[in-house]
Order: sequence, then C-alpha cells, then structure tokens
Amino acid sequence: MEALELARWQFGITTVYHFILVPLTIGLSVLVAIMQTAWVRTGNDRWLRLTKFFGKLLLINFALGVATGIVQEFQFGMNWSEYSRFVGDVFGAPLAMEALAAFFLESTFLGLWIFGWDRLPKKVHLACMWAFAIGTNLSAYFIIAANSWMQHPVGAEFNPETGRAEMNDIWAVLTNNTTLVAFPHVIATAFLVAGAFVCGVAVYWMVKETKAERLSTVGANVADGADTVADSSADAGTSPRSDAPMYRTAARFGAVTMLIASVAVIVTGDIQAKLMFEQQPIKMAAAEGLCETETNAPFSLLTIGDLNGDCDSVRHIIAIPGLTSYLAEGDFDAEVRGLNELQVYYTERYGEGDYQPNLAVTYWSFRFMIGLGMFSGAVALATLWLTRRGRVSDSTWLRRAAVYTIPTPFLAGSFGWIFTEMGRQPFVVAPNPTGSDQIFLMTMFGVSEAVSVWEVATSMTIFTIVYAVLGVFWYRLMVRYSAEGAPQVDSAQFDVGDDDDDARRPMSFAY
Amino acid sequence: MDLAIVWFILIAVLWTGYLVLEGFDFGVGMLMRPIGKTPQGRRVTLNTIGPLWDGNEVWLLTAGGAMFAAFPEWYATLFSGFYLPLLLILLALIVRAVAIEYKSKINDLAWRTRWEWAIIISSFVPAFLWGVAFANIVRGVPINEDFTYTGGFFNLLNVFALLGGVVTLTLFLTHGAVFLALKTDGEVRERAEAWALRLAPLSLAAAAVWAVWAQLAYSTAWTWAAVAVAAVSLVLVWVFTMRGRFGRAFAANCVAIVGAVVLIFGSLFPDVMPSTTDPAFSLTVDNASSTDYTLTVMTWVAVVLVPVVLLYQAWTYWVFRRRLSVDDMPEHNELTFLKKK
Repeated sequence: MEALELARWQFGITTVYHFILVPLTIGLSVLVAIMQTAWVRTGNDRWLRLTKFFGKLLLINFALGVATGIVQEFQFGMNWSEYSRFVGDVFGAPLAMEALAAFFLESTFLGLWIFGWDRLPKKVHLACMWAFAIGTNLSAYFIIAANSWMQHPVGAEFNPETGRAEMNDIWAVLTNNTTLVAFPHVIATAFLVAGAFVCGVAVYWMVKETKAERLSTVGANVADGADTVADSSADAGTSPRSDAPMYRTAARFGAVTMLIASVAVIVTGDIQAKLMFEQQPIKMAAAEGLCETETNAPFSLLTIGDLNGDCDSVRHIIAIPGLTSYLAEGDFDAEVRGLNELQVYYTERYGEGDYQPNLAVTYWSFRFMIGLGMFSGAVALATLWLTRRGRVSDSTWLRRAAVYTIPTPFLAGSFGWIFTEMGRQPFVVAPNPTGSDQIFLMTMFGVSEAVSVWEVATSMTIFTIVYAVLGVFWYRLMVRYSAEGAPQVDSAQFDVGDDDDDARRPMSFAY
Repeated sequence: MDLAIVWFILIAVLWTGYLVLEGFDFGVGMLMRPIGKTPQGRRVTLNTIGPLWDGNEVWLLTAGGAMFAAFPEWYATLFSGFYLPLLLILLALIVRAVAIEYKSKINDLAWRTRWEWAIIISSFVPAFLWGVAFANIVRGVPINEDFTYTGGFFNLLNVFALLGGVVTLTLFLTHGAVFLALKTDGEVRERAEAWALRLAPLSLAAAAVWAVWAQLAYSTAWTWAAVAVAAVSLVLVWVFTMRGRFGRAFAANCVAIVGAVVLIFGSLFPDVMPSTTDPAFSLTVDNASSTDYTLTVMTWVAVVLVPVVLLYQAWTYWVFRRRLSVDDMPEHNELTFLKKK
C-alpha cells in the first residue's frame, strides 16, 4: 500500500472513532444541564441523582473524546501537509476559532463543574454546566463550517501566484449554506444519540426496579397470608423505596428527546440531500447507484451485482419508484443525472480522471445511515406508550429493545460521515459548481510529501492499537457505571456557605 | 506593523501560555511518586491540577490552530517534518488525558497504580520532546525548495536538540515542584519544598548551557537580553526557593519560561523555520503566512476572545486557590469491576 492509502485509512479510523464519542458528549451535555436545571428550580432530589448519574457517564465519555480530538487538530499537518498548504488560508480560521471560542469554554468550565459542586453557589455551578454544553455545541459549528468548505468551497478565490485557495469573505465561509444544513443535521443526530442513551439506560433501570418491587410485594403478601403480622410490617418498613418512578421520568425524557431529534434528523437530512444533488451530484448519483440519467428515478432498498465494476451489471431488486427524484427536487418526476453523464461533465470541466466515488461504500453507508436512524424512533414511541399516565413498565421486551437501540444512532452517525466523506472522493476539496472552477483538490495531491510509507504505517498501527485498548476501558467503565445506577445523594452537602468551616471540609470529589 | 509579524508574536504568546501552564502540569505528573509518596499523597498532587489541566492543554490546541490559520506553510512543514516526535507527544497526551480521568473511577489498587504510571510516563515524554522540537527549529533542519522537510527521523536527534529536551524537562520539573509547594499542605508540601530546592539548580544549569549555545550559534545580538532575563529569573527561582518564598519562585520561573520563548522566537525571526539545505528555502514570516485578509480576521477574533479566556481561566485558579492536603481527600468511591451481590 502507498502512503496515500494508509493516510486515508488513518484519517478514517481516527475520525470515525472520535465521532463515536463526540455526539454523545454534544447531546448529553445539554440533557444533563437540563436535568441539573430541573433540580435547581424544583429542589427535587430525583433530578439531582439523575444529574450525578448521567454526569458521571458524560465525564467518562468526554475524557476519551478530548484525547482523540487532539489528534484531529494535528493530523492535517502530519499526514495531509499539501492539503494544509492549499487550504490553510481558509480552513485554518474556523479551526483556530474553534479552539479559542469553544475548546477553552468546554475544558475550563467542565473542570469548574466537576470540582465545583461544593465550591460554587448552586446557580453559578449550574451556569458552568451550561457553559460547557454551549462550548461543545459551538465546537461542532466551527468544525462543520470547516468540513463544509471542503464539500462546497465558498468565500475564497484561487491565487495562481501562491497556488492556493485564499479567503476573501469570512462571513461567506461561516454561513456557507452547506454548513447551515449540515450543522442542524449533526446536532439533531447528537440528540438522537444522547436521547437513546438516556432512554436505554433509564428503561433498563425502570424495568429492573419495577420487577424488584413487584417481587417484594408478592413476598409481603405471602407473609401476610401466614398471619405473621409483625414480620410483614417489618418487611414493609425495611424495603427500600423504589427508584422506578425516577427512572421512568428519565426514560420519558430520553424518549421525547429521541422523537424530537428524529423528526429534526429527517427534515434536515431531506434539505441536505436536495442541496447535495446541486452541490455534489455525483455523490448523490452514487448513493443510488444510478448509472443513467432518469426521470422518476427510483430509490432502491436492495441491490446486487458488482457495484464497483461495470455499472450495467448492477441490479436493483426492491425499489420505490420516483423516490430518488423526490429526494433530489421534491418532485417524483424530476430528472436526476446518472453517473455516466456526470463522469462526462466532470471530465469536461475538471480534466481527465475517474470521478466516481466508491459505489459500494457510498450506496450502503447511505442506506445504513437512514435505516439505523429510523429504527430508534419506533422504540421511543413504544417507551412513551408503555409509560403513559404514570405507568411504570416491567416489560422485558421493552428493556431489551431500549438497550439494543443505544448503539443504533451511533452507527447511523458513523455511516453518515463515511457516506459524506467517501462520497466526496476523489476530491478532498470538492469543486463548487457555481463557484470558482480552480478551487478543488484531489485527495491524492493532499498527502504529505515528507512522510514515508513506514512512518504512516507506524502511526496508523499505534493509533489503532492505543484507541482499541482505551476503547475497552471506556466501554467497561460506561457499562459498569450504568449498571451501578443513580447514586444516593445528600443534597445538603452542596449548600455553599461563606464561613471558613466550609472551606475546611474534605473535597466532595477528587481524582 | 505588518500583520504577519503581529501573528508571529501572537503565536509566541500562545506557546508561552501553553508552556507556562502545562509546564507545571507536566511537572506535577512527573513528580507524583517522589513528592506524593503514599497513595493518598499522590492523590493530593494529582488533584492540585485536577480542575486546571484540561484548560491548560487547550493552549496547545489554540497554538496549533493559530499556526494553521496564520502560517499554513509553517504548520504543514513542521508537523509533517517532525512526524515521529509529534506522534509520541500526541500519544502521550491521549493516554494522559484518559489516565487522569479514569484513575479513580474504579476502587482497585492495581487499577489506580497502572493509571498513575501512565500519568507519570505520559508527563515525561512531552516535557522532554517539546524541548527537542523547539531546539531543532532554532538549529534549522533540512528543507527543500518545496518547503518539504527532507531530514528523516535521526536528524532530529542531535546533541543541541537533546540538550533542549533536558532544558524543558528540568524546567518543568522545577515548575511542578514549586507549584506543589504552593498548592499543598502537610507532608506533601514539605517534600515538594525539598524537591524544589534540589531541582532549581539543575534547571538553571541546563538552561544556562543551552541558552548560551543557542545564542552564540544561532541567534542575534538583542536576544542576549532574553538570555539575561531568563538567567536572572532562574537564579531568583533558586534564591526564593532557599528562602521559602514559593510564590515569588513560581513567578520567577514563569518569567524564565517567557525568556526562553523570546530567545527561541527572537533567534528565528524573520524566519519561522530556517532551512539548513539553503537559506533561500527557509520558511519566513512573509512566505509562510496567510493573506492579509485572513490575518485581519484572525486578529479581531484573537483581540476579542483571548482576554475573555484569560479572565475566566484566572477565575478558575481563584476558585481552586486553596491548598490541599491528605485530610482533604474524600473516600474513594466504592465501585469495582466485581458485580454487587
């Protein structure tokens, strides 16, 4: 393999891995902030316990997300230095802004939140959580603005003297229409991920607690039947109060989040698809495996044949007529350009070359993204139905469905990025059909010249191994802390006073 | 003034922020065992940087991002050229971030001890390698007419650069020990004070040799001032440490780090990465920078945001200003990987 392919694999591995962690942080930071707000406003300890519970899980997740994020910032220079030279004048700005405006906010205020429970007044402490949540969402905006420029370069012109793209309008770069639809799509996905996570964990606990409660009620009845009054009253006195209602609240909170997020994902996805048919038509033709230009173009659910071989060998098995046309322009009879026509168009405009992305990857990742994303909505509805009007559920079926749903939006998000990045190939910066014809860059010309094959191979191998090992720890801790349930919390310890006695208490939390 | 020069200075400022702040972080990590000694003592040392280290590390991400935005050619040549050292630094920072957060998540001595070693080692590696990297930039490396580094890995392992590594290593060790002397109480504090006393002359000696070498071999006349400031500061660190004035010693050490950065950037100017192949191939403030438009935008962003960041980071240091001792450590949480009955 060449350095180019290894560098692409490395970018794919480190980025997809990073983006398993990121959406959970983005969504969960806001959900935990809402939980904590509910506690501060109502004084109900149920919300405090949920804040503590999901806050711990958020921290375990955030640590690995931050760690893997450092690599993202530097691997443009390490593996993709020619790309960096070409785009730096434009692309570097949102990256630097992300660090200054968002990373400082997240990191500083998260530190204050973790260690500040007994150091800061309640409302200030709550504000720290919100600052953190805003920081994570803000960072998504800047990095998507950077990525969107690679999908649809705007606000820049080509300078033949320096041979690079140069920015002439920062506002155009930050309000790129690609950014304006990709950002809500990614954020909605993040809330789907976080909602499914909160819902899955809470349903697991609700079912478990409800079962335990019903068992102990049966036990008490048996005791009553034996006429040992003293025993049964002792039983009733010692049986702990069930946490089922608390988890029910959290489960419904997660499910409502999922439902709203699902709708937002679909709406923004549809808008984004229509935009992509204009901006990168070949990516969308590849998403359907559409060889010839068609009106009333169908959307196939299953396809056989060698997608990357002869385009004509492709056979669509189950197809919904006109749906791809509808996706493209909101009209079932619209004309959609096929791969063969687009290949001719790109060759005329940008020179000889093979402009077709990897069809198998593009076709399937697009379907997995949609399919896995849709699935979770059904589980959210089931959760809301089974917990309607104060009901708690002990359905084993529901518990399994909710827990197995947790990974699906994660996977949908990963496939979404694989689709959008692989579908852009062979470009690393795709040309803007209505912009400058000189601003585009083939991926193969973006790779570092100074870096040898063995160097990339070494770094890819080490990153993969280290990420795998850390992933195991991450997974075990997430499972372990989820299985522990919400901690009992004495809310009085967070009442911050001014006297010196307070300052001499042991820390409420320490590493 | 030329905006490219403003950004050359701003990037020096961002690196200064990073080295001053994460410098004591690394020092605390490296000294966990000798100063912490007992498991609870080691916990005290780690928690002095607990709420702070992550915010400190963002200075690196900002410096990196600013180099990308303001000097794309510098960013591209440097990070593709210094590939393997940077890889090691990144790996260390990854492991370190996870280790600090995961160490106390499970109540098991073996678990905690392993993550502690991870923190210690991953603090040593970047503390040494940043010095190696900066010394190599000062010394100059082989760069061809396409601004591509052609030196390979072993070119970076020369005596001057390795000595530069020793300088940052000892400087951060001293920095960490003085910080711990300021931020802890009880036995940990006593050990921190003793270690600060031992380390201060070491960093003074290493820095003096390297700075004079750098000055004579690679620099211009005016940076003698930076060398002098750094030298006086490091002497003061030692003096204040002997007198038990650790606040002043810490301030003096910060000034010494500023002096070192001024020496490094001053010796480079107007280059940002001198080429040993041919001075004509050197990356300079002019030929490596972004357009005036981009620099103007970034200047506004920096002028507005940097003071805000400084303000809330300073507030964090104020909130967590009190000293920590073994008595302040709460019980470990009781979670283990074994299932509850």
